Amino acid sequence: MRKIKSVKDLEKWKNDILAKQKCHEMIVSVCGGTGCQAYGCQKVKAAFQKELTQKGMRERVTLKVTGCPGFCEKGPLVTVYPQNIFYQKVKAEDVPEIISETIQNGRKVEHLLFEDPNANRKISSANDIPFYRSQMRLLLSRNDLIDPTHIEDYVAVGGYQSLAKALFQMKPTEIIEEIKMSGLRGRGGAGYPTGKKWEDCEKEPGKTKYVICNCDEGDPGAFMDRALMEGNPHSVLEGMLIGAYAIGANNGFIYVRHEYPLAHQNAEIAIQQARKAGLLGENILGSGFDFDVEIAKGGGAFVCGESTALIASIEGRVGEPRSKQIRTVKQGLWGKPTNLNNVETWANVPLIIDKGNKWFSSIGTEKSKGTKIFSLVGKVKNTGLVEVPMGITLKEIIFDIGGGQQDGKRIKAVQTGGPSGGCIPASLFDLPVDFDSLTQAGSMMGSGGMIVMDEGTCMVDVAKYFVHFLQEESCGKCLPCREGLKRMGEILDRITEGKGNEEDLSLLEELAEVVADTSLCGLGKTAPNPVLSALRYFRPEFEAHILQKRCPAAVCAPLIQYSILESDCTGCGACAKICPTQAIKGEKKQSHLILAEICSKCGSCIDVCKANAVMVQ
Amino acid sequence: MDLKSVDLIVEKYQEKRTALISILHDVQDRYRYLPEEALKMVASRLHMDINQIYGVATFYKSFSLVPQGKHSITLCLGTACHVRGGPKILRELKGLLHVEPGQTTADRQFSLNVVNCLGVCAIGPVMMVDQKFYGEMNPIKAKRIVEKMNPNNKKNNKRNGVKS
Repeated sequence: MRKIKSVKDLEKWKNDILAKQKCHEMIVSVCGGTGCQAYGCQKVKAAFQKELTQKGMRERVTLKVTGCPGFCEKGPLVTVYPQNIFYQKVKAEDVPEIISETIQNGRKVEHLLFEDPNANRKISSANDIPFYRSQMRLLLSRNDLIDPTHIEDYVAVGGYQSLAKALFQMKPTEIIEEIKMSGLRGRGGAGYPTGKKWEDCEKEPGKTKYVICNCDEGDPGAFMDRALMEGNPHSVLEGMLIGAYAIGANNGFIYVRHEYPLAHQNAEIAIQQARKAGLLGENILGSGFDFDVEIAKGGGAFVCGESTALIASIEGRVGEPRSKQIRTVKQGLWGKPTNLNNVETWANVPLIIDKGNKWFSSIGTEKSKGTKIFSLVGKVKNTGLVEVPMGITLKEIIFDIGGGQQDGKRIKAVQTGGPSGGCIPASLFDLPVDFDSLTQAGSMMGSGGMIVMDEGTCMVDVAKYFVHFLQEESCGKCLPCREGLKRMGEILDRITEGKGNEEDLSLLEELAEVVADTSLCGLGKTAPNPVLSALRYFRPEFEAHILQKRCPAAVCAPLIQYSILESDCTGCGACAKICPTQAIKGEKKQSHLILAEICSKCGSCIDVCKANAVMVQ
Repeated sequence: MDLKSVDLIVEKYQEKRTALISILHDVQDRYRYLPEEALKMVASRLHMDINQIYGVATFYKSFSLVPQGKHSITLCLGTACHVRGGPKILRELKGLLHVEPGQTTADRQFSLNVVNCLGVCAIGPVMMVDQKFYGEMNPIKAKRIVEKMNPNNKKNNKRNGVKS
């Protein structure tokens, strides 16, 4: 790899890469994200490699393994450029057909195209698929084109040009002003103005300062940071470089959670390549600015997403948060001024520097600017990552992009903000999605998880799930969080076991208030949100559990019973065969029967019954 | 126990105390758990108290102080996997392996763990077996995957030509 010593070098490098890319007539890009890997994209890639080599086409066709384009549910995804033909659910067996039809003859392979379920027609370009059509993919669109393990791919699409602009055409204070004017707010959840944070950190005296990238995406149901770090790590590095230059920091850390091995690997490769190219290290692009980045690995503790706990963890200590009377911009890592931002926040920085604050602030609502990536998951038809402008309604996200309900059950709520957020009922789906309106509705933006829930989801069970989650993840340092959550969990356990009484709900609310008011860090302060929002919007469900000893969604095992509808049972015996406790009896071709006293309520019988004869009440 | 690897790992991180978590990760990758002797060695090389090391090793969920099984089964119980039926799979796995999450089967074949999110939410419920992800799981599929790997399973023995 060549050493880039000046802006001129960078420009020349880009032109050389582009000239080289022109020699290739076609690009086959295979998604290599974790989701597609679960579906076997490695085999698809290997098949392409083998076939293209056998046919002697490696010179003409570039094979690229890219980051996640977001539509994980339809993986493995393959796109053929320049025709921009989007194939979904591709198997290794399909590869020879793609090569002979599309690459050699320019024809589409019909059965691999996306089919619009509403219009009953095949769609060949990703941009025309409803899932992508309503999105505004400023950050994610680059994932489709870049092989994250090749810095050249990033440079080819204009990578590190914003860094060059920042270093040579802007003063640090101008960069901070630009970010402030853009209205960018922290994408990690709290929505603190990024420019303001940078400014505060820059003003702190002292030569040693740090920047940190928080990739400890702990919110269950959120994976946008993973996709960015896996799919386009250089954009994060470039953002960190610009931020570090503005603040006056020479060292940075990327804190990656242990559960993301691919993100860790790709970040490591990106850092090594940037160092080799001279984009990290001393005298970057000949500007006199020095900066380097190290990776710190998490240990599977949710609380380490909190800034002070994360810093403790980088220092090699137990990840306990501290009181934030003194902010981390004053005293952070090793007591030095530290600026910590989330992956998505850093990735936005190069875009703002490149296109200007006016462009960025023209997107979104009055107080929330730009786009936000959400992970749309749960009981919705199209699941995956969606990037939308702030201010779009929940309805548009869930129904236009997500395609609405999954299997005939009405959607009743969406959970946003992870364990710190809450459930928003379907009646409020016209709400614009931005930092402030979600908080007003009793939830929060959080890092961007959007878990759709339908009639088959029990809201008491969800509240219980989050309280147990947080109880387990509480570091135990302060009492309200450690003990309060435990007691809240016990009350919810009682309710879901049919042992709750009417006073439980008021006790639950009282406890929730105390935990929120008196906990030390953000984890405890926001911990009661899922319970409070569930009580606010779904109180009748709690009451059904307490008063009628009934779980309306048929989820809470002690309150439900399985039975077989005699008239519908064909006597095939599939349920009896699968039942782990042998609780189903019946002769072949005769109606079967579930013995309630042995039934473990695992629900396997429902899953295997082709006649839909198993009932749950 | 051969502790040479511990030496090399500590050297790789230049005996930096701040690299403790990374060192423990590497030690665990090498031995599949954190053996007491290894921790003592790390403590002495980093000039730290063994209690401090234990504090860190027990605080973070990804570390284990007991030997892990040959195969690791990690079930995701993040919100998306939860609402799509993750708990049912857990019930099935617990019944099948006769262990609780965090434990290893008596024959040291399987370790069952649950995590709060693997970040593959779009295709949940997700299960990870020995670093390989499986999406859209249900109790039946989970059972099949585990049974396939179990050497005590008669069907497998037949396939592999082992007399049972």
